[in-house]
Amino acid sequence: MEDLLQYLFSGISIGSVYAVVAIGLSMLYRSTELINFAHGEFAMFGAMGLVTLWGQFKLPLPLAFVLTVAGVSMVGILFERFAIRPIKDPHPISLVIITVGASIVFRGVAMVVWGKDPVALPSFSSHGSIEIAGAVIVPQSLYIVAAALVLAGSLHLFFRYTLQGKAMTACAVNKKAAWLTGIPSARMGLFAVLISSGSGAIAGIFIAPVTMNTYDMGTMLGLKGFCAAMIGGLGSLWGAFAGGLLLGILECFGAGLISSGCKDAIAFVLLLLILYLCPGGLFAQKQADRF
Amino acid sequence: MDKKLVHNLLFIAVVAVTGMVVENIYLLQIMTFIGINTLLALGLNMLMGYAGQVSLGHGAFYGIGAYATAYLSGTLGISPWAALVCAIVLSVAVAFVVGRPTLKLSGYYLGMGTLGFGMIVHILFREAGSITGGASGFVGIPMLTLGPLSFEGGRNYFYLVWTVVFGAIFLCKRIIDSKTGRALAAIHGRENAAVALGVDAHALKLNIFMFSAALGAMAGFLYAHFVLFISPDSFGFMASVKMVTMVVIGGMANVWGALIGAVVITLLPEVLHGFADHEMIVFGLILMGVMIVMPQGLTQGVIERYARYKKRA
Repeated sequence: MEDLLQYLFSGISIGSVYAVVAIGLSMLYRSTELINFAHGEFAMFGAMGLVTLWGQFKLPLPLAFVLTVAGVSMVGILFERFAIRPIKDPHPISLVIITVGASIVFRGVAMVVWGKDPVALPSFSSHGSIEIAGAVIVPQSLYIVAAALVLAGSLHLFFRYTLQGKAMTACAVNKKAAWLTGIPSARMGLFAVLISSGSGAIAGIFIAPVTMNTYDMGTMLGLKGFCAAMIGGLGSLWGAFAGGLLLGILECFGAGLISSGCKDAIAFVLLLLILYLCPGGLFAQKQADRF
Repeated sequence: MDKKLVHNLLFIAVVAVTGMVVENIYLLQIMTFIGINTLLALGLNMLMGYAGQVSLGHGAFYGIGAYATAYLSGTLGISPWAALVCAIVLSVAVAFVVGRPTLKLSGYYLGMGTLGFGMIVHILFREAGSITGGASGFVGIPMLTLGPLSFEGGRNYFYLVWTVVFGAIFLCKRIIDSKTGRALAAIHGRENAAVALGVDAHALKLNIFMFSAALGAMAGFLYAHFVLFISPDSFGFMASVKMVTMVVIGGMANVWGALIGAVVITLLPEVLHGFADHEMIVFGLILMGVMIVMPQGLTQGVIERYARYKKRA
């Protein structure tokens, strides 16, 4: 019983990270129809930025947080400006290769800057872990879950209640119609990249203290984020959130009850099941273009 | 004589002479790898270029070919040639089972589906340690022999691989010029229209998927008996991406494009060794650069640029 509860807690914690990664991917896809294979690398940059600014330079945590998110968003914008926008009539396959190329470049840069050895970070606070019915929760897990909730909630409010957010939604629904009503769609695309890469960085920052940070940590994180986004339905905010949580929980139960080696396979088995059974995601109202 | 035939014969002659003239073992090795990669690119090109279906998981078939022959000939001691038949049959069977539901998807969804399939197979290679040797790899793959002929050493293997490549190119060209090839072109152009004309799109896509899986398994077989050691990392997500890159960089829907893509992607890391730690950065930048400047691939891009240049001159 304690074991099961422990799996659930670990699952919610890791699932929140997947959720944040998935939200970043999903929001970018919604606005620009771009699947960014370099998204996991933004999370890696977030973790590595924190390693340098907070771990090495000893900056206060909030300042390190803001600087890291700003820096990674900057990288995201430069990436969009110089690698995505110049292509006039993009074929999806070309875009896939460009973003994969970018992920290789980002990983290469990280390897040169931070080396190949994994780096560990202490938890954000020195509180002891909490015990509930025999299962242990480390404080960092709570921060991760809180961060995911705050991010998803504020994005929800942003899209629902601000002019900027509504304009972005309009762009996502129909770019041309939005443009006709005077919404600058190029700037909205840029804004989507900003949100996407920034939230990627946030995922990396919050996971940094509970994982070994290496230059190649982003690849798996990005792919899992994809699976989560697909499970919840590509382009949906709360779908991505729920997909991430579900994936994290199933993964932890799978690792605990079946074998830890097969943990990584669970995400992809789920992905295939979703694609075959309901390609629009678990919470889709309409059938996605499947045929 | 037919001009095309002359070109083909010339190409075969160039490869044959190269194999005879080159003494350097390292160069022969590189050219053998180019041959193996050409096989991979040819198979995927049939699927992506002609049938218009993306696969981000084709490394799986490459791996299935390699691991099947490694297990059958290495662990069980079957003749490698019998193992080759088994490897191809297994690969085609897997392609049939996976392709049936997956090929109903389209666009990004197809890409994600094949990606998931590739990752699952990759993880199986890593976790089924008793059969595959796990993450540390499979040791003890036997050398190929055919009667008195041994394929140890560079030259014989080079000829073996390139003979297979010629065969595969010939086969692909025959398929493209056949009724099937024209039906494929119709699907690529507009699937609904092709279906309305009586093309069984799904069956045809599945057939091509199985064909490319067979070529992938063939390449995996040749790879395994060439390097004699395989590990899961050679068949992971990056391997699949590399295959897609070869097809796209070379230029889709062009048999020679597959060859050029294979040459570029095989040679690039060798040339970039000089950059040491910066190798990854340069490789990624070149990949992005080519795609940004010439989205239609190197072959087509260079031809167009040359035509424009000639017009201006």
